[in-house]
Amino acid sequence: MSEKTSTELATTDSFSEQPLYPLPPHRHRLTDTDPRAARRAERQVATMFVLSALLVVAFVAAYVGVDVRTTLNLGPFGVVNASNLLLGLTMGGAILLIGIGAIHWAKKLMSDEEIVDERHPLGSPKEDQDEALAEFQTGLAESGFVERKIVRRSLIGALLLFPVPLIVFLRDMGPTDVNVLRETLWKKGDRILVDITLQPLRPEDLIVGTLVSASPEGLNEVQEIEHTQNARAKASIILVRMKPEEIRSQQGQGWDYQGILAFSKICTHVGCPIALYQQRTHHLLCPCHQSTFDLADSGNVVFGPAARQMPQLPITVDEEGYLVAADGFQQPVGPSFWERG
Amino acid sequence: MSVIVKEAGKAISRADERAPISSLLKANLRKVFPDHWSFMLGEIALYSFIILLLTGVYLTIWFKPSMTEVVYNGSYAPLVGIKMSEAYASALDLSFDVRGGLLLRQIHHWAALFFMAAMVVHMFRIFFTGAFRKPRELNWVIGGSMFLIVLLEGFAGYSLPDDLLSGVGVRIVAGIIEAVPIVGTYLMFFIFGGEFPGNDFIPRLYTFHVLLVPGILLALIGLHLILIFYHKHTQYPGPGRSNSNVVGFPLFPVYVAKAGGFFFVVFGVTALMGGLVSINPIWAYGPYVPDQVTAGSQPDWYIGFLDGMLRAMPNWEWEDFLGRTWSWNIFIPGAVMPGILVGLLLAYPFIEAWVTGDKREHHLLERPRNNPTRTGIGVAAIVFYGILVINGANDLIAITFNLSINQLIWFTRIAVFIAPPLAFLATRRFCLGLQRRDREKLLHGRESGQILRLPHGEFIEIHTPISDEEKAVILSKTDYPVVEAPPATDENGVRTPGLRAKRWRARLSRAYFGDNVMKPTPAEIEAAEHHSHAEHDHEVEELHAGGKDVPAVLGPDSH
Repeated sequence: MSEKTSTELATTDSFSEQPLYPLPPHRHRLTDTDPRAARRAERQVATMFVLSALLVVAFVAAYVGVDVRTTLNLGPFGVVNASNLLLGLTMGGAILLIGIGAIHWAKKLMSDEEIVDERHPLGSPKEDQDEALAEFQTGLAESGFVERKIVRRSLIGALLLFPVPLIVFLRDMGPTDVNVLRETLWKKGDRILVDITLQPLRPEDLIVGTLVSASPEGLNEVQEIEHTQNARAKASIILVRMKPEEIRSQQGQGWDYQGILAFSKICTHVGCPIALYQQRTHHLLCPCHQSTFDLADSGNVVFGPAARQMPQLPITVDEEGYLVAADGFQQPVGPSFWERG
Repeated sequence: MSVIVKEAGKAISRADERAPISSLLKANLRKVFPDHWSFMLGEIALYSFIILLLTGVYLTIWFKPSMTEVVYNGSYAPLVGIKMSEAYASALDLSFDVRGGLLLRQIHHWAALFFMAAMVVHMFRIFFTGAFRKPRELNWVIGGSMFLIVLLEGFAGYSLPDDLLSGVGVRIVAGIIEAVPIVGTYLMFFIFGGEFPGNDFIPRLYTFHVLLVPGILLALIGLHLILIFYHKHTQYPGPGRSNSNVVGFPLFPVYVAKAGGFFFVVFGVTALMGGLVSINPIWAYGPYVPDQVTAGSQPDWYIGFLDGMLRAMPNWEWEDFLGRTWSWNIFIPGAVMPGILVGLLLAYPFIEAWVTGDKREHHLLERPRNNPTRTGIGVAAIVFYGILVINGANDLIAITFNLSINQLIWFTRIAVFIAPPLAFLATRRFCLGLQRRDREKLLHGRESGQILRLPHGEFIEIHTPISDEEKAVILSKTDYPVVEAPPATDENGVRTPGLRAKRWRARLSRAYFGDNVMKPTPAEIEAAEHHSHAEHDHEVEELHAGGKDVPAVLGPDSH
């Protein structure tokens, strides 16, 4: 049978308003014919409901009796919170048994004979449609909406402007000075403090191949005053040390200090902090979207969705021999934004 | 009359004096719903939503949506003395110091995951069976909108505890908002009350999560259910079923017990999951600090495709002549693509209705094979989505299977364009094959596996006719004619109006139905039946007449 012949036969369409075949005859279940089976199903359903009630009692007992800090060692499943486990088991069991009992009841004991409902056209009858339109017409005529142009137009104008205050209110949701995105705490002479210990660093503290996260001195004080983490979200940096001859390029002449380079820690893609560093290749990998930057080559992008290099912070040492910023960042850190330029 | 009926009668008549309750009950108590397992998917979504409302209210009793810095002093020893937001501290407190608090939080999180999963699979069911066709287009749009809203709601919910994992997610969203051309920076400032992370975000997100979105969802779900009730449920084809009836069981008592019971099943299973399976252990991540991150960060699964897209996108960024930054690398996967995908999703019923030109009501579900192009589109969409979800976990896949992350991303970049069309073509072929087989079955019956050897040495396979049930299902197929484009000009040389649209429609119509295998007409079926009977009878008669033994029938039943 070729498809061509089929296409020629495409005149009929059994978009059926009538079933093509009758419903198959109803088959009785065991519980319909055997009273013993029906009684058994009845007992099963009742047992589930009773068990459910008992589990609620057990739930209350567990709530009162088990301290919230108790732990249970379940071997391969690890150490679990006993209170959570028991409360979940009893509450879940109690609820589940009501459900299974009800469905078992419906399946075994309630009538399972299919019944048929006819569908009716969804729309209103034609006369209703006409009447509705007529009513609308009467109302419209009585209102004078059509003839009284000034009223109509001024009303439309007023309604169009009425949401304006609701939008204007939103103006003070936030500031609009985008220049804060260009600034970080870093300025010339700021000491570089290692994260966690918050101690200043000397060049000899960093051996070749290491990476440390760091922040500017005074960050915590700023955070105390501002009560936000905004400064930290921009000022965080990483320091890496490599052999000076391994550095192929930098964002500025002499921005390293004896092979120690400082870069922003905030990814230029969408702002995740980065500290996955591959010593051998000097690649920095973002754990969020796998943007990869070559720190030996100006922090340029070598792979992934980030478009811009990691901003480099020029560093030097102060008279006491501690690593300090030689200047602030020369480009905005973090994700791109419209006005970035 | 039993006591219950008598008492119910009294209650109803008292109510009836105030509202027409009896008319309402009369019309609906025995309303028929068809039965099929796939109709439970939407129910799971609905019940998960109720569980979320219920457990969510309890969580608000203890959760403090504040970013004020506090020093933790609760009973989780590893974090004692550490500075954190009040939101995170209160989430820890309700997990460790409130009896049942952890259970409620875990039920809430599991229910959210079930909600999304049930919605997605429910949407597949609706799509592949054509349940979105007239008169249900609006309900498809409502459902699709809810999918998008719940996705945002879920993201908002898991961001509220302000832990390190979710905080990184918020950071990413802030970065995506910043990438929006023209208004992006302002938008980000307005949402966060200034720079990221600020102090306003968690309280604002809280109102969004517990008031605004649940309110919208309640309204949409109400509308969704009213429309289902009004339209009456669709049903699968079969004997006794037609486009103008509903065959099934009555609301009272069967569906009160079954659907009501199923609510308890969903709630019970979710509660058991909350007690037995740990989800989102926020204490393990620590408080959010903007300069920290855990490697292998993953969002909840339903955000995965967006993250997968962000990861796969090449790093295109422009700076235009005015010095404005166009972050295509973020804006396309973060906003443009999701917008296009949702737009196509919501528009699909109208696109298909335009192509078929079908204005009839459809209450009988279409078998996926009978609309190969739609089914192919659906499978292609699933493949597209699946590749992106997998790419959202490419770092974990790279580590687990010891693969190169760079090669995985290149694989995704290519596969996301190649695999969906291949899936489309394969699915379409597969459906057409099934259609051909359906036609064969109607005309020649089912292959019985019994081989008959004829006297002259030919082997034939005996075909047995299929059951009426099967015929009813196969014959439910609707054959759409291919719409042809009108000629460019009419007989007077006047250009046909809207010619380009009509040509497009003809092209799409051919793509949809050009290859369809028409189902046989009743006359063809009868002729085929007659033919096969005659042939077999004739052969067997001939054998008997020749006085020979009836040849051995080889097959599974013969030894």
